[in-house]
Amino acid sequence: MWDYTPKVKDHFLNPRNVGDIPEADAVGEVGSLACGDALKLYLKLDENKERIVDAKFQTFGCASAIASSSALTEMVKGKTLDEALAISNQDIAEFLGGLPEEKMHCSVMGQEALEVAIYKYRGIAMPEHDAEHDHGHAYPEYEGTLVCKCFGITDTFLRRVIAENNLTTSEQVTNFTKAGGACGSCIPKIKELIAEYLDKDRGTTARPKLSNLKKMQMIQDVLERDIRPLLRADGGDIELIDIDGDVVEIAFRKACAGCVSSGNTARYVEMKLKELVYEGLRVKEVSA
Amino acid sequence: MKEIYLDNNATTRVDDAVFEEMQPYFCEFYGNPSSMHYFGGQVQAKINEARKRVADLLGANPEEIIFTACGTESDNTAIRSALEIMPDRRHIITSRVEHPAILSLCRELAGKGYRLTEIGVDGAGRLNMEEYKKAVDDDTAIVSLMWANNETGVIFPVEEAAVIAKRYGAQFHTDAVQTIGKIPVNMAASKIDTLSVSGHKLHAPKGIGALYVRKGTPFKPFVVGGHQEKNRRAGTENTAGIIALGKACQLAGEFMEFENTVVKAKCERLEKELMAVIPHARVNGDGADRLPNTTSIAFEFVEGEAILLLLSELGICASSGSACTSGSLEPSHVLRAMGVPFTCAHGSIRFSLSRYTTDAEIDTVIRELPPIVARLRQMSPFGREFLSPKQ
Repeated sequence: MWDYTPKVKDHFLNPRNVGDIPEADAVGEVGSLACGDALKLYLKLDENKERIVDAKFQTFGCASAIASSSALTEMVKGKTLDEALAISNQDIAEFLGGLPEEKMHCSVMGQEALEVAIYKYRGIAMPEHDAEHDHGHAYPEYEGTLVCKCFGITDTFLRRVIAENNLTTSEQVTNFTKAGGACGSCIPKIKELIAEYLDKDRGTTARPKLSNLKKMQMIQDVLERDIRPLLRADGGDIELIDIDGDVVEIAFRKACAGCVSSGNTARYVEMKLKELVYEGLRVKEVSA
Repeated sequence: MKEIYLDNNATTRVDDAVFEEMQPYFCEFYGNPSSMHYFGGQVQAKINEARKRVADLLGANPEEIIFTACGTESDNTAIRSALEIMPDRRHIITSRVEHPAILSLCRELAGKGYRLTEIGVDGAGRLNMEEYKKAVDDDTAIVSLMWANNETGVIFPVEEAAVIAKRYGAQFHTDAVQTIGKIPVNMAASKIDTLSVSGHKLHAPKGIGALYVRKGTPFKPFVVGGHQEKNRRAGTENTAGIIALGKACQLAGEFMEFENTVVKAKCERLEKELMAVIPHARVNGDGADRLPNTTSIAFEFVEGEAILLLLSELGICASSGSACTSGSLEPSHVLRAMGVPFTCAHGSIRFSLSRYTTDAEIDTVIRELPPIVARLRQMSPFGREFLSPKQ
């Protein structure tokens, strides 16, 4: 059973502001039946069209999706549109006393619906919501290349959620966005986006020169974190044999050993090491 | 709040008579059955009795029963044994709707160079026999097909499938953890080679299982290190667990008719009455041969976890095929294999009854569930036109 906080339980069992607002100024809809959760948010503004005076929601989803929606409507009431836009998915989760990490995508859905509602109200062009297929990420803010086909999630959206929540593993990205949670074929791409984010993050402070010890450790980390799970998924494996200056000696194991495309795999390993550790590295396959 | 426990395919209450039978073997008769003194010997005699009781329920000989720690161990043992016995055969057949104990193992083996065929099912969850017949060949080492599905209760024609496997010299294993104690089986008249049993699914405690291995079937142990179970499963016996499983099997035999008349009638009434009052619902596995105690119903426009938690507030325990309850994000692999649309797979609820289930409990669920579904539909942006109950 999920470990829900008393506040999540309260907002699930006694949800605030369920329903619609017929004369709503702003409406934001995200999610679909196929995805397993969906939220339609209605906002009513004051006479000056500045402050949110009422908010209601309709949600299809699990307990934490309903609780997140309920929390969101409570949080936005009385706020100006700009103040409301500043609400992050962490704020929603915090309001509820926290959410299980696997359920963080519920808070992201709330934040997203709020943003869609306000953008639409402000006249930023929005394509029609397609409740059959679209997870709601095909809005201008999130246009980009589709990464997760199962849940319809783009790289732009993922980059943003990764950065805002400082996510460092693909499991976290799945928990926060659902991306990669179905067939899993986009997980390598998600890892690339994480690496890109970590890289950018590092880029702000000039990268220090690597000590040998640090370099060895980073190489091992990359092999363990970025390479091995991919190979294992195909029944293969990799072993680090030696590091001789800038030459990383590796050997392929199991299904990878003697595989005709191990040359490609070795080039991929080299690419990842150059990208994540240090440009000067070279990979050499040895038969140890 | 007294619980209304309708999740017996997940686990069952230990029967009082079973608990009573096992209890003396913790503090009183704690001897090791392998010991050369009377104190251990009396435990050995009780284990022999338990083995006979399990064998009787299966229509087997006592020497065909190996005690294990759980259904998952039995599954692992059967499949790995067949592969080791026939190292030249590199093909494994299973179905797309197996329990993870089988499916994860088979997929792991597929990554180690075995060829894996996963047989599909139709919309009612029935095994595609034509696909199966085409898949078996001289390279097949092991066929593993569940006897009955844990989520839908749909029963596979494993007897017929075993006959086909034997024609090609393959071993045939069945995961029968949901079957034993619910429908009669007779291994004496069967071609099945190995069969898995789990104690906690039939009112014995957790931590005890059994593997049936047909006499004459070549076998390699999975757990090695001791002479126990005639060198087929090492490790000091879980004596109390074994004795409990024996008693549970004896009781299951006595309750077999009850299960297939009284329990079945309660389950059918639950299903029929819920379907009569809740619009836009469908029975998963409708039309297929199913276990007497299991019904799985998909409610459109609502999500399963929300239903379960609202039921739980009333003390009603059930289970769901929805994504949100499993920790994964996709609805159950069983429902997907059946082609149940994602749009209603998310709202699937399974009720699994037992001999303890009362009519009053069924009445409570029939009374409480429709307003829960209606309340969640009221909250949902979808399906608002279906709010009023069926007339």
